[in-house]
Amino acid sequence: MQGLPAEVWTAVRLTVELAAITTVILLLLGTPLAWWLARSRARWKEAVGAVVALPLVLPPTVLGFYLLVALGPGGPGGLLAGLWGARTLAFSFEGLVIGSVVYSMPFVVQPIRNAFEAMGDRPLEVAATLRASPARAFWTVAVPLARPGFLTGAVLGFAHTIGEFGVVLMIGGNIPGETKVLSVAIYDYVETMQWREANILAAGMVAFAFAVILAMTLIGRRAARVDE
Amino acid sequence: MSGGGTIRAAFRGRLGRFELDAAFTVPATGVTALFGPSGCGKTTVLRCMAGLQRLPGGVCTVDGDPWQEGDRFRPAHERPVGYVFQEPSLFPHLSVRGNLLFGARSRPPAAGPGRIGFAEVVELLGLAGLLDRAPGRLSGGERQRVAIGRALLSQPKLLLMDEPLSALDRATKDEILPFLERLHAGLSLPVLYVSHDMAEVERLADHLVLMEEGRVRAAGPLARLQTDPSLPLLAAANAAVSLDAVVEGHDAAYGLARLRVEGAVLALPARPGVPGERRRLSVAAGAVGLALAPPEGDTALNVLPARILSAVPVTEQEVVAVLGLGPDGAGARLLARVTRLSWERLGLAEGMALYARIGGVS
Repeated sequence: MQGLPAEVWTAVRLTVELAAITTVILLLLGTPLAWWLARSRARWKEAVGAVVALPLVLPPTVLGFYLLVALGPGGPGGLLAGLWGARTLAFSFEGLVIGSVVYSMPFVVQPIRNAFEAMGDRPLEVAATLRASPARAFWTVAVPLARPGFLTGAVLGFAHTIGEFGVVLMIGGNIPGETKVLSVAIYDYVETMQWREANILAAGMVAFAFAVILAMTLIGRRAARVDE
Repeated sequence: MSGGGTIRAAFRGRLGRFELDAAFTVPATGVTALFGPSGCGKTTVLRCMAGLQRLPGGVCTVDGDPWQEGDRFRPAHERPVGYVFQEPSLFPHLSVRGNLLFGARSRPPAAGPGRIGFAEVVELLGLAGLLDRAPGRLSGGERQRVAIGRALLSQPKLLLMDEPLSALDRATKDEILPFLERLHAGLSLPVLYVSHDMAEVERLADHLVLMEEGRVRAAGPLARLQTDPSLPLLAAANAAVSLDAVVEGHDAAYGLARLRVEGAVLALPARPGVPGERRRLSVAAGAVGLALAPPEGDTALNVLPARILSAVPVTEQEVVAVLGLGPDGAGARLLARVTRLSWERLGLAEGMALYARIGGVS
């Protein structure tokens, strides 16, 4: 039985790298955003919430198209790329990270926002009456209490980035070692009639998805127990 | 700066069905109860004092220190308050010890002048066996005790308690009340205690702020308000007067304590105490009878000369008399609820000297 070609492992490594970097960035950007969405009384916050949630509904091709324009030579991405002498962020790993961040944003922001909302005002009021500044209350009370939300958000953000296809195809193309991630690799194998490789990768993805959903359920169950 | 030694609060604002317009000044010592029916604005006043809620134009000055005045508004985390919420609201991710030390920034504070020590709080509230437990594994009463200890350990200059017992069942209340009484006796910390339960107020409060639909109806020493004929307290079915008594001695043969109140000495079945020890007594209006002469062949131990200071018909059938103990009526006040029939039959009237027969004291 012959092993999988090296390019498969390149794709796996690339995919995991992309998902990990995307998740870290999403936690850094998504936490303040989720906090604001959960606590602000501004009327227009739901409009911002809707914009964040757009990728849930939009076809990945639409998102990919606008990202392509934005990352291309005429867009802000092109300007940014100019800083290190490149012409465009499209068809690059960096571009893929930016696209993934936008695409997976709702999957990270929503659970964290829900967790912040579910804890209510009381724990923060208690912290304030115990002389904790808003920053200390955030780090020592809000974040630990929202831990299940962070776990859920991180797992979902990671998994969703791994499963990304349409957006990658639009802005990343199919460059081995740079933008050729797993989902694209499967598509490639099918196109070129390499059913065995496609089958193995697809089955791996099914197992991964199963593990993710199981993990999510267990996190949810544990969080419910802690609350008792 | 004026207002030293007092707590001054004045808040106005819209509050659901009615306007809140509450202002009071109470001494910055002892326990002051904010008493009134549910939804009369007590909790809002307390939240405003803690800085958890901001009503523009409000005033809150504690012991000469302005927390809110004009445009000045000190945020909650910069006010030296301890706040005990109706629900214990412990942090579920911290142990009992972690909760207790949250306000102390994790360093167990040692007792010192004007400081409340960790060991002292653990002892006072009986928390020694609970320190390493998670809040989820405590009973309701234990949780509330931890919440009280946590508030105390933040070294407050004012303790605000928002109906800390109302979410608990009768048995748990009775478990916690002694702790609160010890707190009252053992610490010099001023406490504002919100309650709609007169029984708690009678046991704990020194001063009373009586609230009604967002307004302060009256404020002053508890016993004075309890016996004020212009206030509704004395007409209540369970009206009572709280007396601060000092232990004078003990009759060991019969297990009776001699307790001095202003203008009289009462003999009561009670645990022996050290002479000089202070006890809180509560005498219900329904437990006091009136007699023109000291009755003979009576089981009542406490028949005391008194004078009728005023009388209020509270129902068609009953009259509540405000009594002053002592032949001249200058001592402590008591209430006596008697039937109108007896009142007229004995020809009782304001100003009359007679005997108060005290049937029960708690």
